[in-house]
Amino acid sequence: MSQPEFRTPDIGIDSVEHQARLLRLWETAPGIRGFFSSVDHKDIGIRYIVTAFVFLALGGIEALVMRLQLAGPNRSLLTPDQYNQLFSTHGMTMIFLYAAPILSGFSNYLWPLLLGSRDMAFPRLNALSYWIYLAAGLFLYAGFLTGNGPNDGWFNYVPNAARDYNPGLNQDFYALGMVLLGISTTVGAANFVVTAFRTRAPGMSINRMPIMIWGTLTASVANILVVPAVSLAFFMLWLDRQFGTQFFDPAGGGQPMMWQHLFWIFGHPWVYAIVLPAMGMVSDGLPVFCRRPLVGFSLVALSTVATMIFGFGVWVHHMFATGLPGLGLSFFSAASIAITIPSAVAVFAWLGTIWLGRPVITTAFLFFASMVLLFVIGGVSGFMTASVPVDWQLTDTYFVVAHLHYVLIGINVFPVVGATYFWFPKMTGRFMNETLGRWNFWTMFAGFNLCFLPMHLTGLLGMPRRVYTYNNYPGWGALNLLTSIGAFVFACGVLLFFINVLKSARTGALAGKNPWDAPSLEWSVPSPPPAYNFSIIPTVASRHPLWEDRLGDHGIVSSLDRGMLLDTHREALASTPLDATPDMILEMPQDSFAPVLLVLGLSVIFIGLLLKVWVAAGAGAVIVIAALISWMWPRRSLLQREPIHG
Amino acid sequence: MSVSSWGFPFGYLDSSGPRAAQIVPLTWFTLAVSVVVCIVVGVLLWHGIRRRRAAASTDMRSIPIETGGSGMRWISVGLMISAVPLATTLVWTMVTLAAVAGPPKHPGLVIDVTGRQFWWEVQYNGDQPSDGFTTANEIHIPVGVPVLVRLHGGDVIHSFWVPKLSGKTDAIPGQTNLSWMQANQPGRYMGECSEFCGFQHAHMQFEVVAESPTEFAAWRAAQLQPANSPTTPAQERGMKFVEYRCGLCHQVRGTLAGAVNAPDLTHLLSRRTLAAGTLPNNAGNLAAWIEEPQVKKPGSKMPAQLLTASQLSDTVAYLETLK
Repeated sequence: MSQPEFRTPDIGIDSVEHQARLLRLWETAPGIRGFFSSVDHKDIGIRYIVTAFVFLALGGIEALVMRLQLAGPNRSLLTPDQYNQLFSTHGMTMIFLYAAPILSGFSNYLWPLLLGSRDMAFPRLNALSYWIYLAAGLFLYAGFLTGNGPNDGWFNYVPNAARDYNPGLNQDFYALGMVLLGISTTVGAANFVVTAFRTRAPGMSINRMPIMIWGTLTASVANILVVPAVSLAFFMLWLDRQFGTQFFDPAGGGQPMMWQHLFWIFGHPWVYAIVLPAMGMVSDGLPVFCRRPLVGFSLVALSTVATMIFGFGVWVHHMFATGLPGLGLSFFSAASIAITIPSAVAVFAWLGTIWLGRPVITTAFLFFASMVLLFVIGGVSGFMTASVPVDWQLTDTYFVVAHLHYVLIGINVFPVVGATYFWFPKMTGRFMNETLGRWNFWTMFAGFNLCFLPMHLTGLLGMPRRVYTYNNYPGWGALNLLTSIGAFVFACGVLLFFINVLKSARTGALAGKNPWDAPSLEWSVPSPPPAYNFSIIPTVASRHPLWEDRLGDHGIVSSLDRGMLLDTHREALASTPLDATPDMILEMPQDSFAPVLLVLGLSVIFIGLLLKVWVAAGAGAVIVIAALISWMWPRRSLLQREPIHG
Repeated sequence: MSVSSWGFPFGYLDSSGPRAAQIVPLTWFTLAVSVVVCIVVGVLLWHGIRRRRAAASTDMRSIPIETGGSGMRWISVGLMISAVPLATTLVWTMVTLAAVAGPPKHPGLVIDVTGRQFWWEVQYNGDQPSDGFTTANEIHIPVGVPVLVRLHGGDVIHSFWVPKLSGKTDAIPGQTNLSWMQANQPGRYMGECSEFCGFQHAHMQFEVVAESPTEFAAWRAAQLQPANSPTTPAQERGMKFVEYRCGLCHQVRGTLAGAVNAPDLTHLLSRRTLAAGTLPNNAGNLAAWIEEPQVKKPGSKMPAQLLTASQLSDTVAYLETLK
């Protein structure tokens, strides 16, 4: 006990006793107790993924109902109010409750495995992030299910969202739910940033990080910077609505345009935040099936960061028609055209990888490779809207709806489904069914393009967005019918995907450690990985630790079988941010009920605020404080230790 | 390319006035570049996958890892080729923006348009207050001159768009935005609200009627006139009813109906549609609209009137005189 802060970790090789010792230290308690207290990143990752897919299904059903209404002109399946709540909830669901959380889920599951670590930097914060996401999702859907869903689009412009024009609880549900969700996003992002810079395996210097790490890291930094803007905006909206402030009310000197700036300075970087990690999935997954390293690895990593830096300077392209001065518009127009360059780097890198490799056509490969084309279609329509005068015609027509769905489905859903086929064997130990997979892919691909390719034309013929019905102007009816048919075909494809997941989880062929013969660290551990991930902390010497023997760089040998044991407590290794030299032994927390208790308290607070029952809000605050005290209580066992150089 | 040659009233790949016309070639250019890029990438992808693919269902481990070629030329050559259309578009965009942004230095006509849930108020101003009047949902302009449109947000944000003449500009409460348009030839050009504004965003259309300067002057003079006087007893009764009931929201110049919260009805019959493009303007639709506005346009601000049959027929009889 004299100097617990210093210790030199034991170096050794793997053994059965060692693994048993680690399992005792890391395993989560079974049953309901473990369910609510687990801080294992793999549990949390799977929960994120499952929850996000449930929201994907809900958002998809909402879209199908809308497509029934829009299948022909002047149909009256839905009232305008129902339609407006549906399209707003669809947007909210897909953007906030599916697209971002699904990537958080994959990143949560994969990051420590990709990085050669035993968990995320802050495991309890990780659990907190998931529980808040779930609570916010339920909160927002409670509004929708009681007829108080958002009804002003996901972008929620004032004054239409102000109380004068929107007296119900709809906007209060949305505003408070978004503030709550913002906490989840922020703590999750902070966790990713620290994890990337602090917990990489020894030797995984920053230039050896997989591209998916770059993608999520970049997205996380962006989230930390921009989520406060939208949380603030929604909070001010709630104050305007409930307490008579006039932040957005021109009658009181407020500014409706301020909402748009605060929203889009968040909203556009957010678009990149929900595609960059998915692009990372393709950059890491595609080369495995092309049997060669990614072309232009460093450039792709840099262009990921460059995209985001440009991404901070393009938000006004959502506001070209708001009467801003021409000089300002030309700046944002130029930035929006220039952002094409880093995206093009990725496209050419993927094409080069396919050409110079030997493609093995699996379902995962088909999803990754088709994404390249969908990415380009979504990209060029974005390039068209970047030109201000052209955008003055295109904006707020169905052309933009087509564009954004090519971006979000093409660059998020397709890679995510491909990633599921790719990493499912790691997560479950079983392959997904390839025959069903082909049906799954071709149904989704055909349905998607049948739905959204004609929609460009609908927009070019001038049909505006967000209308609950339309007159039969030439072309509109036929194009909309095609889109509706395509939407249902696409939905069948997604259904096949879900069926394949459920079926393969029970009956899929066994996969083993490295079924695709892939090069990165997650494929060096058993499938599914044990609670502690790596029995031996690996030491990494290249970008492709499992391909070193075949890439021909003699003398570069990562050490996967011999390394630090770290088996006396729940321990992980902290390394330095750039070179990843060992720096410190991280004492990892035990499983804890504090996160779930904290979220319970937060939920009570937000319900209290929504209904203006201040006593409830106060009671919630007491629960939150109790949870925080239990969380923060100093524990000697969590003191961090300096290894080696003490 | 004229309106009729294409037949798409809201399409903007052709145009009918100089402001929209300058954008059309740039739109076609960017569209063509986009289509070409997609085809090239599609072909490269298809061919790239097929030319060296490994036999299906092989064990991945049996395929050696390719080590040849860095592939950097894919990126460098690709970027060099991409730079050409990007730079061209950038320059072309700036030139076009400067040409169409406006506002025109010497407009031939200045009008004030206010977006309201869910219709458009249109105000013409003259040198004297008595030369000005207000109408709704139908904008008449003389051909061949630039028309400056001052846009106001009456309640929430709307967006003013006449695809054949002018791109979109938002009408935002608390600020005045400027747009402009000019028609080359006489005709009716469709316009619509293009910013989501609530329940009836779908039914917020308007028409721009471009006329020869003489016709326009005649229209303007007619609009300046107060409403026609009733001539039959039914019309007489109808006017009284309009004054004390409809006049709570609407104006009929020359009568006691003087509120300005809803479309001006003084020359209602001179307009082609009812309720901002919802219905063609004829006697049957007029009666139906008054009886059941919440059926024809659910969520519009016009309440159902619940009139007796005689009240309704009197009202319609009077309204039909408002030419």
